[in-house]
Amino acid sequence: MSLLTLSSPHVKGPNRTATLMRWVILATVPGLIAQTWFFGWGNLHNIVLCSVVALGCEAAMLKLRQRPIGFYLSDYSALVTAVLLGLALPPYCAWWIPVIATVFAIVFAKHLYGGMGYNPFNPAMAGYALVLVSFPVQMTTNWALPAPLLEPGANMASLFSILWGEQLPDGLTGATPLDLYKHEIPHGTFDEVTQNPIFGGYGSLGWEMVNLGFLLGGVLLIALKVIPWQTPVAVLLGLALPSVLIGWDADEYTPLSLHLMSGATMLGAFFIATDPVTSCTTKLGRWYFGLGVGFLAWIIRTWGAYPDAFAFAVLLMNFAAPLIDAYTQPRTYGYADAKRGPKSKER
Amino acid sequence: MNARKLFDFHGGIHPPEHKSESNQTPIVKAPIPPVLYLPLQQHIGKAAELVVSVGERVLKGQLLAKPQGAISAAVHAPTSGTIDAVIEHPMPHASGMSDQCIVLIPDGRDEWCALQPCEHYEKLSPDEIRQRVRAAGIAGMGGAGFPTEVKLHPPQQDKVATMILNAAECEPYITSDDRLMRERADEIVQGMAIMAYVLEPGECLIGIEDNKPEAIAALRAAVTGTRIEVVVVPTKYPSGGEKQLITLLTGKEVPSGRIPADIGVMCQNVATAAAVYRAARFGEPLISRITTLTGEQMPKRGNVEVLVGTPIGWLLEQYGARLNGAQRVIMGGPMMGFTLHDLTAPIVKTTNCLLLPSNQELPLAGPAQACIRCSLCADACPAELLPQQLYWFARAEELDKAEHHNLFDCIECGACAYVCPSSIPLVQYYRHAKGEIRKAKLEHQKSDQARERFEARLARLEREQAEKEAKRKERAEAAAKAQAEKALSPSPLTGESRGEGEKPNHNSPPLPQPLSHEGRGESAPDLEKLKQDWDNAQNKLQTMLDVLEDAKANQPDNVEKFTRAVEKNQMRVNQARIAYQNAEKARDPGEQP
Repeated sequence: MSLLTLSSPHVKGPNRTATLMRWVILATVPGLIAQTWFFGWGNLHNIVLCSVVALGCEAAMLKLRQRPIGFYLSDYSALVTAVLLGLALPPYCAWWIPVIATVFAIVFAKHLYGGMGYNPFNPAMAGYALVLVSFPVQMTTNWALPAPLLEPGANMASLFSILWGEQLPDGLTGATPLDLYKHEIPHGTFDEVTQNPIFGGYGSLGWEMVNLGFLLGGVLLIALKVIPWQTPVAVLLGLALPSVLIGWDADEYTPLSLHLMSGATMLGAFFIATDPVTSCTTKLGRWYFGLGVGFLAWIIRTWGAYPDAFAFAVLLMNFAAPLIDAYTQPRTYGYADAKRGPKSKER
Repeated sequence: MNARKLFDFHGGIHPPEHKSESNQTPIVKAPIPPVLYLPLQQHIGKAAELVVSVGERVLKGQLLAKPQGAISAAVHAPTSGTIDAVIEHPMPHASGMSDQCIVLIPDGRDEWCALQPCEHYEKLSPDEIRQRVRAAGIAGMGGAGFPTEVKLHPPQQDKVATMILNAAECEPYITSDDRLMRERADEIVQGMAIMAYVLEPGECLIGIEDNKPEAIAALRAAVTGTRIEVVVVPTKYPSGGEKQLITLLTGKEVPSGRIPADIGVMCQNVATAAAVYRAARFGEPLISRITTLTGEQMPKRGNVEVLVGTPIGWLLEQYGARLNGAQRVIMGGPMMGFTLHDLTAPIVKTTNCLLLPSNQELPLAGPAQACIRCSLCADACPAELLPQQLYWFARAEELDKAEHHNLFDCIECGACAYVCPSSIPLVQYYRHAKGEIRKAKLEHQKSDQARERFEARLARLEREQAEKEAKRKERAEAAAKAQAEKALSPSPLTGESRGEGEKPNHNSPPLPQPLSHEGRGESAPDLEKLKQDWDNAQNKLQTMLDVLEDAKANQPDNVEKFTRAVEKNQMRVNQARIAYQNAEKARDPGEQP
C-alpha cells in the first residue's frame, strides 16, 4: 500500500496572500468614495485603466518568464499596485500617464527584479515617481479642484467627458493645497493664505475627508492584522515630530493639520509604506522605516521642489530596508541580547 | 483560577483543537498482536544490548535488552512468547529508516515474570528508585524519549528549584495524556511524588492547558494534601514545548544551547510520571503505553493502551482504519508529527498518537507562493526568530547568515508555516538548512583531521627520508674514505687521513677526489640519485594511496581528484624505475672491465 509521506506541519491556518491583498483593496473604499465625491470620477477612470494595464503587463511578463499565469494573477498583487497608482495619480491626467506609470511599475519595478516578493522598491511608487519626474507639470498642477468649489454639475460633466471623450470643463483642475500653501506662505501669514476656500476646515477642503477615509481603511487593516500598526504610526510620528518641533510656526511652515490631513499622508502611511515586500520586516525595523518615511516626507514637502513627497520618501526608505532589518533582529528566546548587524561579534 | 503568577511566551497560534473526537471514551486495552517488533533503540542515547537468545521463551516483563552506557534504556518483553529473531525492521521514524528489532511471537498466555513490588517508596533510597526506573526502561513518553533515569540525577551545581510535569498536551488531536489524567490521576501524582522524593525540588508544578477541565479536576483532586500544585495555562500552541512551558510557569528562559537543568528546572511528561510510579510501586517495566487513534479515516477514535512493539498497521486494522489510496499516517500530532513510510513499523515508547486525516480534514498544501515578508511568521514564532529571513537564507544557501539569525534555536513547532499566507513549507527549509550546516561542520572536521593526518605523514616521510639521506651520506663517505685509504695505502698518512675523513669532503686532500671520480666513472652518483628518485616516487605514491583510501571513506567528493593523483604518481614511479634500470644496465659493462 502506498502511504503519503510529507513534512510537518500537516495543518495550515486560514491566512492566504490573496485574502490579504483583497483586504487591502477593499480597505481603500472609504478613501476612494471620498475622493470620488470631492474630486470627481477621474480616479475611477484611472483605477480601471491602471488595473487593465497592470493585469495585462503581469500576464505578459509571467508568460515571458514562463511562470503559471493564473496562479500568480490570482494573488491580486498586480491589482493592489494598480489601485494604489490610480488613487495616487491626478484624477484628470492624460490617459498615457497612468499607462506609463503602470507599465513601469509592473514590468520594470516588479518583474525585472524577479516578480512578486523579490522587488526591492514599491512598484506603485516607482511608477508614480517615474511619471512625476518625467511630467512634472501634468502631475503637480493638474489635481482636480474639490467639487464644492466648482459650478454645480461639473462633476457630472467630468464623467461625461471621460465617457464620451468631450473636452474637460475649464477650471476643473489646479494646484493642490499643499503646493499652494508652500508657495504662498512666504508672501503672507497663515490667516491670509487660508482665506482661500480650498483650505477648508481642518486641513484642506475635500482632502480632509479623503485622508479620513484612508485612515479608516487603515485602521480596519490593522484590526484585521493585514498590516502592522508600527509602520503607519511611525510614519505619522515621523511627519508630525519635525512639523511640531521645527515647523511649528504656521506663518513660515506648512502647519501640522495640513501635513496630516492633506496630500497623500494617510494613503502613504497606511497603504504605501506598509507594503510588506519592500518595507522592513522586523518590529523595531518598522519603527525606523516609518519614522524615516515620515521625516523624509516632511523634509521634501518643506524644502523640496515637489508639493508632495511620499513616493520619494518611500522609495528612499526602500533602499534602507534591508540594512535596517539586519540591524534590528529581535532577541531570540534563550539569549541575553539581540544579535545586531549583519555579522556582529559572536558572544 | 491560579494563585500563581503566570508568564507568557512570544507568539504562538490557536489551531483547531480536534480533541473531542478522541477524548470522550475511556482508554481501552488493545489486543495482543500475532507478532511484536521491539526496537533496541526507542530512546535518545545508545541502543540497548540484547541479553536473550533467539528461540528462547520469555515471560511478560522479562528483560530482553539491557541499557548500554549512561544514556540508554532497557527493553522488555511486553507479553510472554518466543524470541523469533533479531532483524532490521522499519522504524517509526520520519526518514523511514530500519533498525535492529527483536521479533517476539506471543504465546497468548500473557504470563508475567516475577516482579518486585514495593508498598512504600520512602523505604527505597533515591538510588534504588533510580535503579528501578533504569531497570524499567522508562524514557520520556512525551515524544523525545530521553532516558528518565538520567533526569533523576540532580544537576551538579545545585538542587532542582522547580520540577514541572508537562500536562499541556498542546498539539491538536492528541488526547492520550488527557485520558490518562482523567483516569489515572493518582498514578501520575504518585509518580511525581516519587520523582520529587529523589530530586527534592523547591516546588512541584503540573502545567496543564485550560482546554482540559476534566483532567484539571482529576489532578486537583489527586494533589490534595501534597505539595504539588496544578497550574492552568491558557490554551495556546506550543505551550507544551518544554521551553515554552518553563517560561509560562517560571518566567525563566532556558539559555540557548543549554538544558533546563542548567537553570534548575526539570521537566517530565505525565505519562512518564505514571510509568515511574508503576516501576517503583510494582516493579513493572515500561511495556505498554496510551496511544490516541484519531482522524477522519479512523472510524473508531479514542485512546488505546497498546503493547510496545505492536505493528502499527495491525493496530489500525483492529480499529477499522480506512487505508485505501494515498493516505497519510501521522505519528504524533498535525503540527510536529511525521508521516510513516511503512505500517509494519511498531508502536514505540514515544508513540502518543496515530492520526489518519482525510484530505478534506487536513488538505494537502497547495503550491507555495512567493514570500511577501508579511512577518506573520515572526509574530507567531515562540522562539522569537525571524522565520521570513531564515527562509531567504535557507533558500539562498546563505548558511552562515541563517546560523547568525539563530537557526538552531528553532524548535520546528511549525507555527510559522501554519500562519504563512503563501503556504511556504518553512519548517522543511529550516530542517534542510540545519542538515546542511551540520554536514558542512562534520566535513570541515573530517577534512581538518585528514589534513592533520596527511601533514603528520608528510613530516614523518620527510624525517625518514632525511635519516636515510644521512645514512647514505655516511655510507658514501665511509666508502669514499675507504677508497681514499686504498688509493693512498702505500703512504703513511693513514692516521691523518682518518682524522680528515670525519670532516666534509672539501677538507680532504685534493688528490684522491679526482681519482675516485675517474675510477668509478660518472654514472655512479647518477645511479644513486636515480635510485633515490625511484624511492621518493614510491613513497609519494604510497602517500597518495593512503590519502585516496581516506577520501573513499570520508570525502567522497575528492575521490576522483585523488585517483588522478595516484595515477600520476604511478606513472612517475614507472619512469623513475625505468630510468634507474637503464642507468644500471648502462653502468654494468663499465663495472666489469
